[in-house]
Amino acid sequence: MNIATPPEKLTAKDFTSDQEVRWCPGCGDYAILKSVRGTLADLGVERHNTVFISGIGCAARFPYYMETYGFHTIHGRAPSIATGLKIANPDLDIWVISGDGDALSIGGNHLLHLLRRNVNLQFLLFNNEIYGLTKGQYSPTSRPGTRSPSTPLGSVDNPVSAASFALGSGARFVARSIDTLQKHMPPVLKRAHQHTGASFVEIFQNCIVYNDGVFGRFTDKAIAADAQIDVVHSEPLVFGKERNKGLRMKPGTMELEVVTIGEGGISMDDVLVHDETNRTLAAMLAAMEPPAFPVAIGVLYCNPGPTYVDSMREQAAVAKNAAPKANMNDLLRGGHTWQID
Amino acid sequence: MAVTAEEIQEDVPRSVLESAVIRFAGDSGDGMQLTGSQFTLATALAGNDLATFPDFPAEIRAPVGTTFGVSAFQINFGARGIRTSGDALDVLVAMNPAALKSNVDDVRPGGLLIIDAGAFSKRNLDKAGFAENPLTDDSLEKYKVLEVDMSRLTVEAVKEFGLSTKDSLRCKNMWALGLIYWMYGRKRQPSIDWLNNKFKKLPDVASANIAAINAGHAFGETAEMPAEVSAYIVPAADIEPGLYRTVTGAEAIAWGLVSGSQLADLDMVFCSYPITPASSVLHELANMKHYDVQTFQAEDEISAACAAIGVSYGGSLGVTSSSGPGVALKTEAMGLAISIELPLVIVNSQRAGPSTGMPTKTEQSDLYQAVYGRNADSPLVVLAARSPGDCFDVAIESVRLSTKYMTPVILLTDGYIANASEPWLIPDFDDYEPFPATFRDNPEDFHPYIRDSETLGRVWVKPGTPGLEHRVGGIEKSYDSGHISYDPDNHQKMTDIRAAKIKGIANDIPLQEVDQGNESGRVAVVGWGSTYGPISRAVSVLRDKGEDVSHIHLRYINPLPRNLGELLKGFDKVVVPEMNTGQLVTLLRSEYLVPAEGLNKVNGQPFKIAEIENAVRARLES
Repeated sequence: MNIATPPEKLTAKDFTSDQEVRWCPGCGDYAILKSVRGTLADLGVERHNTVFISGIGCAARFPYYMETYGFHTIHGRAPSIATGLKIANPDLDIWVISGDGDALSIGGNHLLHLLRRNVNLQFLLFNNEIYGLTKGQYSPTSRPGTRSPSTPLGSVDNPVSAASFALGSGARFVARSIDTLQKHMPPVLKRAHQHTGASFVEIFQNCIVYNDGVFGRFTDKAIAADAQIDVVHSEPLVFGKERNKGLRMKPGTMELEVVTIGEGGISMDDVLVHDETNRTLAAMLAAMEPPAFPVAIGVLYCNPGPTYVDSMREQAAVAKNAAPKANMNDLLRGGHTWQID
Repeated sequence: MAVTAEEIQEDVPRSVLESAVIRFAGDSGDGMQLTGSQFTLATALAGNDLATFPDFPAEIRAPVGTTFGVSAFQINFGARGIRTSGDALDVLVAMNPAALKSNVDDVRPGGLLIIDAGAFSKRNLDKAGFAENPLTDDSLEKYKVLEVDMSRLTVEAVKEFGLSTKDSLRCKNMWALGLIYWMYGRKRQPSIDWLNNKFKKLPDVASANIAAINAGHAFGETAEMPAEVSAYIVPAADIEPGLYRTVTGAEAIAWGLVSGSQLADLDMVFCSYPITPASSVLHELANMKHYDVQTFQAEDEISAACAAIGVSYGGSLGVTSSSGPGVALKTEAMGLAISIELPLVIVNSQRAGPSTGMPTKTEQSDLYQAVYGRNADSPLVVLAARSPGDCFDVAIESVRLSTKYMTPVILLTDGYIANASEPWLIPDFDDYEPFPATFRDNPEDFHPYIRDSETLGRVWVKPGTPGLEHRVGGIEKSYDSGHISYDPDNHQKMTDIRAAKIKGIANDIPLQEVDQGNESGRVAVVGWGSTYGPISRAVSVLRDKGEDVSHIHLRYINPLPRNLGELLKGFDKVVVPEMNTGQLVTLLRSEYLVPAEGLNKVNGQPFKIAEIENAVRARLES
């Protein structure tokens, strides 16, 4: 469709559907919704060209609240449905909304393949380390020892790290933000949108009912500055209230360590500079856990590569050039035929 | 320089046969499927009607010489209409002891065994489990036996091309083919052309194979054959005039889906996951990019179904394909497609089950799964193809119904249909009536669940259409608006309309016709799917003998044709042969309260004509 007049500038309100939002009061999802709406308005995208696809869970209600195209599908399968949609129409701007259970438990396989195929879309994983909609069971990202209705004595299995999983799956864009960081999240979402390929964003999201404060170890105001590091490409990996803490390679090892600038002969020059195209560094940043390390947020990794649907289309174009389109009758009559009189 | 055949003028006296059944059996590395398909082609070119049955092991390369590694290809061809691959073998070509052991019981008494005596070493006899060499004891005395050291003769025939012994021996299937060509007066040239083309880059291999064919043929011409082995002629059948080709079910499904999507004016994306015996459809379509076909090999069956739903949501035609175990995994996604009311074609190439079952053996035991096998009240359309060629039309019909009624359609085929080939009167694509899909683009009074008053199909909207932004999902939807609704009355209404939509399709499909026989009478034999051939032949045999028997064969399983109930009530008895333990028969009994009786078989092999004939005769006599 060719519309000659430039579309009027949309606001966050224009991306708000008429549906009543039904998350629990105080849920971190509200903040993410607000951030996404604002980001879309800032990006100036067209509503009719934008599609939100979700699986099942609290986060999966998201599409109903967006004045765009939306498809609330089945548990864990949103990546597959989004892949099919992208194959059918590569021009659509697709956002997949998922949670830790949806994306990493029942849908873990699909997420892996979405990322390795590098389907060009944005994948937002709202990680609250709990099953909310089914009333509070522990999830694949829950810390060991999480007490829940299904683990009354505490969970015994090791959690999966969403960002590490994404990197291991071959994701070419991995970023993180936190529901409460309303200034931090929009630029991360914009980077995700700007990136051509599968853009994976993990958002730490507080479940006020079943897992309240689970991220307090790095989001509580009192300690946040010392427990988070916002990584920025080409800039030194420094953090802390005094901005005097940094990350460096521990001499003689293949691991990071936290150093204090100005102590023990450590200077700014010793601190690593973030290179978002370095997968090894990204993997180390993704694996950092408090209290020994700060939690890395921001764009951990961004290194574009060929996308699935583009490659598929290119291959089809070559095949079409090699064998000019014939009609069905030619196809049916190809090969050995014989006439019976 | 490629070797060519000299089609000599022969003066061999040939006995005339009305039909013959041959099975080529050997190790799975012996190239029996290839031999069979070449003989099929030569036979089709000779103007015979024919039907084939490839029967191969699930293992890719089972240990050489074992009975479970035996691969076989059966062909029935004749001067009359051929409906099945044949009940009993007239000729068995056995390339080793294992092939003899696992196939000899299917040869009719007095039938001919052509045996590669060179492969009957002690070691191979042991591997096949023969305590005694069957060629030297009396165990084969009820058959005619032609022992030939094909291995040695082949190695000699290809000596000049400098192949290793192993590679030389790989030509022995062509030697056997050459002998059979001589026996039935077939022309060698098409196979020679085929070999020259296939081994374009390996001219020595091509030449060796051709030399093997010629040597086998020459052996027939010149050897002192035992008196009982003679040359035959099977005159051309009286076949409907027109242009023919051979086609397998997998090919016909693929071409039918592409044709259907063209008639619907839609691009097609075929989303699948490898599974036997369904993968051949994926392979066929993966080579059809120049027909605007895209294929997506998903990470699993669930993803394949879901991607196909994503495709249809995007305004193209989503198709997925599998066999029973894979279809089971797609079940939840099919429920979503029913709820969201989007087109989706699901092809099920059925195989023996449950669970992994027997992947390469045929069965039609997924009818319950197709009709009933989902959670909740979740009706969809179920169609069944009866033969390889029929797959083409049924695939087109699947696309038509799926897009017109915004519903998933399951197309049931099976391993036998998928792999068997038959001569096919090539249709003229221009004879097919287009059924272009329509998309809503007018925002005025738009709701995502507005329905066509006639079809009850909901509107189809392509994301990307300005002004029609909307949200839909698997949660129950309000009748028009599509908004989430937990209202009890609305759920009743939505459940009712989903059922009514599928039921109403009965008005858009042909009335059930009687394939053979009267529209009422003593016995109706009712079938679906690949039992068509044996039922058809059994009923004609009985009718030729004056019996009052009719054959009814269903393409539409859900909804059933609207006249079917009345039709069945016109018969004293209804017999339903199925390669399952009784599925359609249950459906017919519950739907129409008719006293239908099952005739069931699940040994992985198609029905024999005699089995159906005898069962029907028993009903006639009781």
